[in-house]
Amino acid sequence: MKEFLILAVVVFFSLLTYWLVEPFAHSQMHAHVESEHFAYADLPALEKTGDATRGADTFMAGGCIGCHNVKALGMETGMSAKDSAAAYGVNPPDLSNAGAIYDAKFLAALIKNPAHATVVEHKFNDMRPHPMPGFYGAGGDDIDQEIADIVAYLQSIAVKPEEVTPKMAFEDACGRCHAMRYTKWTQLGEMPNFKHKKDELRFQADVLDYQDSIKAYLGKLPPDLSMYIRSRNEHFLSTFIENPQSQLHGTAMPRVGVTAEGAEKVIKYLEFAGDPKAEMRNEVGKNVMIFMIFFVLFAYLWKRQVWKDLH
Amino acid sequence: MNQTRRGFMGKAFGAVAGVGAVGALYAMKRSWDPLPSVKAAGFTTIDLSSCTANKLIVEKWRGKPIFVLRKTAEMVAAQNEAQTARDIVIGDDHYLVAIGLCTHLGCIPAYREDKTDFKCACHGGEFDSSGIETLAPPPSPLVIPPFKINGATLVLGEEGPEYSKMKEAGIVA
Amino acid sequence: MAHFEKANSLNEWMDQRLGVNTLQRVLAKEYWIPKDINFLWAMGMVLAITFGILLISGIFLLMYYQPNVDLAFDSVNYTIMQEVGFGWMWRHVHAVAASVVFLIIYIHMFTGIYYGSYKKGRELIWISGMLLFVAFSAEAFSGYMLPWGQMSYWAGMVITNLFSAGSLELNGVVEWIRGDYVPAQAFLDRFFMLHVLLIPVAIMALIGLHFGALRLPHVNNQNGEEIDFEVEAEKYKSGNKAASKVIAFANDFMSKDMFVVAIYLVFFFYLVFWNFDFAMDPVNFDPANGLVTPAHIYPEWYFLWSYEILRPFDKDIGLIAFAFAQVIFVLLPFLDRSPNTVPANRRGLFKFWFWAMLLDMIVLTAMGKLPPQGIFSTIGYVAALVFIGLWIILPFITKLEKKL
Repeated sequence: MKEFLILAVVVFFSLLTYWLVEPFAHSQMHAHVESEHFAYADLPALEKTGDATRGADTFMAGGCIGCHNVKALGMETGMSAKDSAAAYGVNPPDLSNAGAIYDAKFLAALIKNPAHATVVEHKFNDMRPHPMPGFYGAGGDDIDQEIADIVAYLQSIAVKPEEVTPKMAFEDACGRCHAMRYTKWTQLGEMPNFKHKKDELRFQADVLDYQDSIKAYLGKLPPDLSMYIRSRNEHFLSTFIENPQSQLHGTAMPRVGVTAEGAEKVIKYLEFAGDPKAEMRNEVGKNVMIFMIFFVLFAYLWKRQVWKDLH
Repeated sequence: MNQTRRGFMGKAFGAVAGVGAVGALYAMKRSWDPLPSVKAAGFTTIDLSSCTANKLIVEKWRGKPIFVLRKTAEMVAAQNEAQTARDIVIGDDHYLVAIGLCTHLGCIPAYREDKTDFKCACHGGEFDSSGIETLAPPPSPLVIPPFKINGATLVLGEEGPEYSKMKEAGIVA
Repeated sequence: MAHFEKANSLNEWMDQRLGVNTLQRVLAKEYWIPKDINFLWAMGMVLAITFGILLISGIFLLMYYQPNVDLAFDSVNYTIMQEVGFGWMWRHVHAVAASVVFLIIYIHMFTGIYYGSYKKGRELIWISGMLLFVAFSAEAFSGYMLPWGQMSYWAGMVITNLFSAGSLELNGVVEWIRGDYVPAQAFLDRFFMLHVLLIPVAIMALIGLHFGALRLPHVNNQNGEEIDFEVEAEKYKSGNKAASKVIAFANDFMSKDMFVVAIYLVFFFYLVFWNFDFAMDPVNFDPANGLVTPAHIYPEWYFLWSYEILRPFDKDIGLIAFAFAQVIFVLLPFLDRSPNTVPANRRGLFKFWFWAMLLDMIVLTAMGKLPPQGIFSTIGYVAALVFIGLWIILPFITKLEKKL
């Protein structure tokens, strides 16, 4: 029994050390940010019920398609992503599926005042306005009604929220600023397989031009997200996506306003890119553990047999 | 006689082998030296005329970040002698040029424009706008790299007369 | 030419040429181990197995790893972790084993200190063991450089900076070690060489020395009893195994060792598959960037105690304290002036010294990771002073001990 006492002492000191250098030390090093469950509580609630048919007209009258593509409906600005970024700082998002990926309340607030909704008012002011002008009405008497109509319209043209794949969510919400080389994603879309070296270099030069534009727009090139699932934990990513300012005060990254499901999908895609073997690790681990039961058992039986005549 | 001679020749052989070993050690030491191409890449030219006052510019020299800061007239006026002595003066403009690594454990401090000072996120050290430490743990000011003034440009890695003067005064490190 | 009889079996044929029967007798069948031991005596075997695991997993990582500053990160995190069949498993096994091996080394070390297994003819076991600790530390550090993540780069920067020897400003030495002004291609290449060739060879040679130093003085036992191995061996060989105080290395000792190893492996594989962050720091999954320092730079947990001895002092005193911490353990057999080779609980003041040292090193380890602010830096400072103080008083308190 003395042996169990010794084991208890060894285990106690090992666990104490582990607890001190891992859970405790990390709790001291990183501020804990509580999730708000993507409620966007700081934004006003949607009071009007939007009408998609009316919203279609308001959408056209409001001039949205001057800058935004809606490729699902064949509406294109005719500007390349590279040129758009050079003009606006970043390529304005395609709105085909915005209604399915982003929170309705957030979309409404964004249409009204982009810098406020995305929490980057510290970066923009009268001297340096946000590249997207706030919507100031399309002739109706109730601007909130018009905005509700546009949001309803965006929701009506989008795929159903459950049809949004993790890949779509990532590319829409993150992919215009962040590259992800492990899935061959560049800010200009997926890197094709080129037959000719010249075409490849041309594509890469375009990517570099685009990156220069967002560098000028955001102050630095947003990081490649390939390994973010391992370098940041899920909780960090989720609360960061919810509101980047909460983890990194003063960052140039805007709040993107995804729904809770949208954020989940983005994280799922990050796992696909940076830790695709997570599930296999779990499976193999279970099998190894089952094997280890036999390994321990047979080791014990052997020891017992050998020691039978030693006692 | 024969016996001692054999013993002596054994030691002599050992000595000869030792000389060879020392020679080989020298070759090994040389193989660990930085390559000529690495050393040749150790010079950086910086154009100071394009600097905006109180905006930190970070250049790169020998893989290390180099802080270049043009000071505003107010900043210069508020400085004491020790701070001014570390400035590189070209015409009427005062510049801080320093290796942007905290002298404590080599982290990169961040510049705070509102306070005109540097704060190191690693262990909380602070430096003023002349790179002099104002809050421990850093033990010494930010290091001024060897430089040579060439009109409005600066060559890092070469020792000009202004640098030598600073070095003699003992303020480069 | 020696005279050879015609061999009647493969065993005989091998014995004539290699003396395998003699080897087996000297190294296994008649290598006597005391019977009065506990599971802590199996840590040597646990370490040998862990080293084997490191060697095998390392071989498979070596097949796809690229020691190039532009490719290293992706060759580890994409090629090995995602593309190579079971590559992720080798990496997790390698990283976790590299960390756990230090836990076992520390247990092994403190076992030796507690039972006085470094005295009376066993000095060389202790010294070769401490040399192994140094070699494993160098191996761990050089291996940590290879994924070329943020922690690799900045740990490389901070640790090689120590060689400028504080106020002596030996920057030439630092640049010589790096082969560049900062950690770069030459640096990665040479640490790669050290990690996969030079240090492993040194480790294997030292393991040979460690085992060799053990053979003549024999293994210690848990009550400090002096055993006449020849008398006890005769009892064993005459068939009176139960009354003998010794057992044979194989299969008696081995079978118990392997049972402990089996239990250990359950714990090990749990860490490999489900709890690996302590050995694979998340920060190191950001690629190396010489222009951005991570918010917190800290070494792996097993270096924290000596890092903390460096940290709270001035630059030069810190370095001296750090150097002191690195070598002092080697001198333990000569600083312990007591004539007794018995467990610490029967050794007067040394009993308290042992637990104080253990707790102090745990405190140093914890403070080494915590941000050096406020109360944490005060505790770290005191713990560093206690560490040095404990070593200074050791010769005096052991001198006071009465012979048992």
